Amino acid sequence: MKNEMQLQFTALSQNESFARVTVAAFVAQLDPNMDELTEIKTVVSEAVTNAIIHGYNNDPSGTVFISVKIEDSFIELEIKDEGSGILDIEEARQPLFTTKPELERSGMGFTIMENFMDEIDVHSELGIGTTIRLRKHLAKSQMLCN
Amino acid sequence: MSLHIDMETKNDVLLLRLSGELDHHSADVLRAEATKAIETNDIRHIILNLEQLDFMDSSGLGVILGRYKQIKQQHGEMVVCAISPPIQRLFDMSGLFKIIRLEPTEEFALRVLGVA
Repeated sequence: MKNEMQLQFTALSQNESFARVTVAAFVAQLDPNMDELTEIKTVVSEAVTNAIIHGYNNDPSGTVFISVKIEDSFIELEIKDEGSGILDIEEARQPLFTTKPELERSGMGFTIMENFMDEIDVHSELGIGTTIRLRKHLAKSQMLCN
Repeated sequence: MSLHIDMETKNDVLLLRLSGELDHHSADVLRAEATKAIETNDIRHIILNLEQLDFMDSSGLGVILGRYKQIKQQHGEMVVCAISPPIQRLFDMSGLFKIIRLEPTEEFALRVLGVA
């Protein structure tokens, strides 16, 4: 069965926790295991934090958009901002690369998203914004399908 | 759920027990409190007890690395203990264990730094 939800909220760091808990509650109906649920919460946290810090440069007048689609064992997350965009996506995805070392950013956000999900697409345009699409198949449901 | 920070000082060792969730929002609080404690108490070493930490993301890695750099200037050492498997994965991914020591329990960590 197909199911989807959309969420939008002010680009405030207080909402990072709200975003990951809400997405986790929605995907819980697919009965993911604890590891999968932690992975999904972590990638939502990474993408939303990027939108707030890098997309909107910590300006709370911005809005973060999340859409989640689920079907059988499949999850697709989309996290979007209408902020500054990424200058060089390849560079941004390098482990430990950060444009904001003064804020003690670890530069591990994209590496974690790549490791915890099956697929990642990054679309970004300067001055328009960034959209991250993340896909994952849950292991348990996959076994049932097989 | 937010982050709760329990701080204790033993000689030049700062023991930080974290519980709750360490993300970008709570990392700012941890950075401010730990930096203040390091500066006011002449801290050289840090023990991070993560036993009660339920969630952490890359913002947590950033603030931990930042405190490591701070005590490195005093030729100090950082020891992480009682880490959960999901959080250990993030440490492994980032290579932080090349510079930060891992111990199974707080007691081991205290003993390593000679303040047990």
